[in-house]
Amino acid sequence: MSLWEHANPKKFMSLSGFILPYISTLSMILLSWGLLWGFFFTPDEVRQGSTVKIIYLHVPTGLLAINGWFVMLVGSLIWLIRRHHVSALIAKATAPVGLIMTIIAILTGAIWGQPMWGTFWAWDPRLTSFLILFLFYLGYISLWKTIQNPEKAADLTSLLCIVGTVFAILSRYAVNFWNQGLHQGASLSLDKTENISNTFYIPLLISIAGFLTLFLTLVLIKTRTEIRLRRLSNLHLIESRS
Amino acid sequence: MISLLKRDLLVASRSGGALTLSISFFLIMIVLVPFGVGEDPLILGAIATGIIWVAALLSCLLTLDRIFQLDFEDGTLELLATAPVPIEAAALVKALSHWLTTGLPIIIVSPVLGLLLNLPEGGMRWLIISLTIGTPSLSIIGSFGAALTVGLKRGGLLLSLLVLPLYIPTLIFGAAVVNRELLGLSVATPLIFLTAVSALSVALLPLATGYALKINLK
Repeated sequence: MSLWEHANPKKFMSLSGFILPYISTLSMILLSWGLLWGFFFTPDEVRQGSTVKIIYLHVPTGLLAINGWFVMLVGSLIWLIRRHHVSALIAKATAPVGLIMTIIAILTGAIWGQPMWGTFWAWDPRLTSFLILFLFYLGYISLWKTIQNPEKAADLTSLLCIVGTVFAILSRYAVNFWNQGLHQGASLSLDKTENISNTFYIPLLISIAGFLTLFLTLVLIKTRTEIRLRRLSNLHLIESRS
Repeated sequence: MISLLKRDLLVASRSGGALTLSISFFLIMIVLVPFGVGEDPLILGAIATGIIWVAALLSCLLTLDRIFQLDFEDGTLELLATAPVPIEAAALVKALSHWLTTGLPIIIVSPVLGLLLNLPEGGMRWLIISLTIGTPSLSIIGSFGAALTVGLKRGGLLLSLLVLPLYIPTLIFGAAVVNRELLGLSVATPLIFLTAVSALSVALLPLATGYALKINLK
């Protein structure tokens, strides 16, 4: 059995319909476990006090905001190369979820930044890159919304996603050059010694897993909706012809 | 290709306003800035580079939808697509004619506007150089956005939403060239990056533009 079989919308629908209840329950469990543990059962950090707890929202959403774009990139590439409609629809479905994740990451960062840095916003490279990512999401979503013909829309948005990725990465390094940062280094790393302390680390990992499964749930639901919408419009077409 | 360029320039000069529209817009934007921020020469001098660069981006944007829209509506674009010249080359020529009608006039008047905004003397040379290197990429990137939205009825607003984020690297490096000179730092690094962004867009983006045009003509 190859992976490509699931490019068939019918196969995709049955598989995703089967997975969906499990993955959404898992996401609820992980999220409530990770967030409750993080918010109520971890000590305050020495310098930051209780504000450190926003990390359980900020880091997972920030992670998914970027990875959402990569999901879109992969979906777009598969669509352009192999012309599987499901893949284009997954890219379409991911965009709003990624946009929301970006907004949450920016907002939680601003709320944390006010007491800690003394400002809601600073033109720091990381913050600015997220703002730019937000703009890219907006452009991508609006392009999908404006083009009527679904095939053409999928083609053009995929093209935009690929070109946009190059420019987004370019902007990421350009803003690094443009302004030195205020933001701390990465919270997570494969190198154990660079990680934050274990007390925060494990609930953070659980929250990340929770948000990841939530992300998958939302993307699957949205993709299924898109497939059904596509079917519905095809039915209308057939009806109007007969 | 040269005849296409000639034709485009001719259309631009005769269609009334295309040639003067973006440059007038550029002038007005610059003139409005002192009314907003006050006439303090020090403040104006400090923000002059940024204002001129941002104004250049926006006035470039103003005429982008003309690159392909009219040709798409009257069918010229379809003829171009079936012509022996590849459509990517046609897209490049169209971007070139856009640059000749917007980018070039902007570069020519920018020293005067630099004077108006009290740009320090050393910055003037680098402002012209950075605009000369940077504006071609603005036209090229813009033509890609224009190709994406060519089939749409009201693509103008969407076009700016798509294109402006893509302008960020050019803007950052372009303005950094001048600002670094004013701070007495070496301009080499941003200049190299600006040239790289420009050269890569000129080399690669016409392929994407051509592809987008093909999709829209399907």
